[in-house]
Amino acid sequence: MFNIVQRRRTYFIFSALVIGLGIATMLYSLVTTGDLFPLGVDFRSGTRFELQFTEPVSENEVRDVFTEFGINNPAIIALRGENLQNAWQIRTEFVSPEESQAITAALDGQVAPLVPDTTLVQSVSPSVGAEVTRAAFIAVLVAAVIILVYIMFAFRQVPNSFRYGACAVAAMLHDLFIIFGFAAITGIVLGWEVDALFLTAALTVAGFSLQDTIVVFDRIRENIARRPQERYETIVNRSILETIHRSLATQLNAMFVMVAILLFGGASIKPFIAVLLVGLFSGTYSSIFTAVPLLVAWEKNEIPFLKT
Amino acid sequence: MKRRDFIWLAIIILLVAGAGWLAQNPDYPIRQGLDLQGGLQVLLEADLPPEAEITRDQMDTSRQIIDQRVNALGVTEPLVQVEGERRILVELPGIDNPEDAVELIQETALLEFVDTGTQPLPEGMCVRTTLNQGPSRCELAPGQTVTETITTAAPTFETILTGADLRTAQSEPDGFGGYFVSFALQPDAAETFAEYTSTHVGQFLTIVLDKQVISSPQINSAIEGGAGTITGDFSLEEARRLALQLRFGSLPIPFSIASTRQIGATLGELSIEASIRAGTIGVAVVLLFMFIYYRLPGLLANVALIIYALLNFAIFKGLAVTLTLPAITGFLLSTGMAVDANILVFERMKEELRKGSSLRESIATGFNRAWSSIRDSNIATLVICFILWTFGRNFGASAVQGFALTLAIGVMISMFTAVVVTRTFVNVILGRAAHWISARKWLLGI
Repeated sequence: MFNIVQRRRTYFIFSALVIGLGIATMLYSLVTTGDLFPLGVDFRSGTRFELQFTEPVSENEVRDVFTEFGINNPAIIALRGENLQNAWQIRTEFVSPEESQAITAALDGQVAPLVPDTTLVQSVSPSVGAEVTRAAFIAVLVAAVIILVYIMFAFRQVPNSFRYGACAVAAMLHDLFIIFGFAAITGIVLGWEVDALFLTAALTVAGFSLQDTIVVFDRIRENIARRPQERYETIVNRSILETIHRSLATQLNAMFVMVAILLFGGASIKPFIAVLLVGLFSGTYSSIFTAVPLLVAWEKNEIPFLKT
Repeated sequence: MKRRDFIWLAIIILLVAGAGWLAQNPDYPIRQGLDLQGGLQVLLEADLPPEAEITRDQMDTSRQIIDQRVNALGVTEPLVQVEGERRILVELPGIDNPEDAVELIQETALLEFVDTGTQPLPEGMCVRTTLNQGPSRCELAPGQTVTETITTAAPTFETILTGADLRTAQSEPDGFGGYFVSFALQPDAAETFAEYTSTHVGQFLTIVLDKQVISSPQINSAIEGGAGTITGDFSLEEARRLALQLRFGSLPIPFSIASTRQIGATLGELSIEASIRAGTIGVAVVLLFMFIYYRLPGLLANVALIIYALLNFAIFKGLAVTLTLPAITGFLLSTGMAVDANILVFERMKEELRKGSSLRESIATGFNRAWSSIRDSNIATLVICFILWTFGRNFGASAVQGFALTLAIGVMISMFTAVVVTRTFVNVILGRAAHWISARKWLLGI
């Protein structure tokens, strides 16, 4: 039988390196910009443009001009109503008055002529309050504690049921740290910003991670009851191998949808889908290579601070 | 066919028919949020002379109060921003009564109890108070602005208490078809109120909203305990609106509407179209994968999945769930879980078949053994949903709330479709032709 849990030290070191890289990038970002990752206009003050073209233009033509100026995630919204033909509103990160003049000039030249005297450039405050972000953060923490208790209850027939809860929550935090690091790195390399949708992505990843881990744990629970004479490590390893088909099939299905949106989808949700893709991949990885090996390490008394 | 399978099949057909009827019924529109469909944009401007100084603090407080009022309306994911130095930008997704909503958020809602001595005032009269002297919008003819001069000044009275002294407020029926607003005062305000009413028995304490008289009751006796009511011929809507405005406090400065207009989807219509097309391709690949990898059972699971989507769609319409991108993500995650549940069952079935069990036995074992992991992981997800929903509701984070709601609905339906519906189909079709299929293992993907 192929032994997965034997090489657990390698997985732990690998995870630590990836998460460490993410944390280092976040700290670098914190020192240079004052935020852990580049925050989008939802969380920061920004600029609102209002423009009217003399002829119909497409969303992507407008987006291209903003991208040329290094603005990666403009929210481009069509305005409708009387005297608002071909009028658009664009929300961006904060741009200086000089830069905004250059942008409107470029739009006028490259996309279509602007209607004179209709252009409006205004600074706007953040739309997602700090209290909302804090609420989501606290919600995840509370959820983690309650899930820990729930898993302890669901696995009460197996010895040390507390460990199952703790390891599932550890794997969930592992996945959240992976996407935080991913956000920080893509922020520096690609200029992606963390917006309100990132919050949704983080919640989705947390939910998926837990679901995936519980499926593997469920098989361990079943095998412990059926094979009382077998060693714990063997049972655990057998459980991973028995569920690996299902893990791969589920992971593949999730990837089909997300890769399709990444390849052919609209520009406005690509960063969101990319975070989901990385997070869901990490969710499957962490069930097999973090949560379960952690259980074995705990059983074998290998975890510092928890040695008895 | 077993009796149980027959009953389930009948229930499934009835449910699908019901959902199909709801899905095509135009009386239940599908609601979409600002990000997918756009909505109404309202620009509010401080209604003060240009030279008047407006602090950053006043604008931030106003933003917060307007945000709370909009959220209390049950609007999903509105956007409220301060723009520049004296304007607030509000964006509301498609709602039933945009005019009412705009009126609600724009009203200053400054409540005052004023001492009018021995004189009751008629309802609707404009007054001035010692709180912030000078003319108010109440005295203006429609279209006039505060900066213009007013010829006949309204009388000025002394303010005893304001809406800021209120702890809570709510609307209640008076038993005669009308409604009133009951309120409770903060402890120290309650003392002031008791002291004032005990020394002014027989006089009139007039209740004024935005400098306009609502009612002018006589003080019959000292009012202890700080609870009271505001009566004034309210309809249910009016009483509710007043209670809501009082609960979240008055705006520190008056606002007027600078402009209102329709806006398109904030995620960009072109982007959304492309994403929907791409998502459809992705789902098609998933269905194809399930069919190729699991063959006949996969095909049945695909039918169950389509039923799952139809039931979800019907419930979104029936409960008037507002669909936003976070809400759709919640739905997609639950779809993933529905597919996962089938995969769990089928992998288990294959395992049993490889061990040499008969087809009938493998089907039964597959569903029985997979059930504990489907149950435990789905309950864990529902627990998370409940926590996220509660937090989202209490902190006005409607994106989080929407995500949790659609995820929870999806998980509950998926437990039904992925287990009951798929099992019924598998039992009815594979069970009847067990012999024939057992001889053709490729139909089962082995």
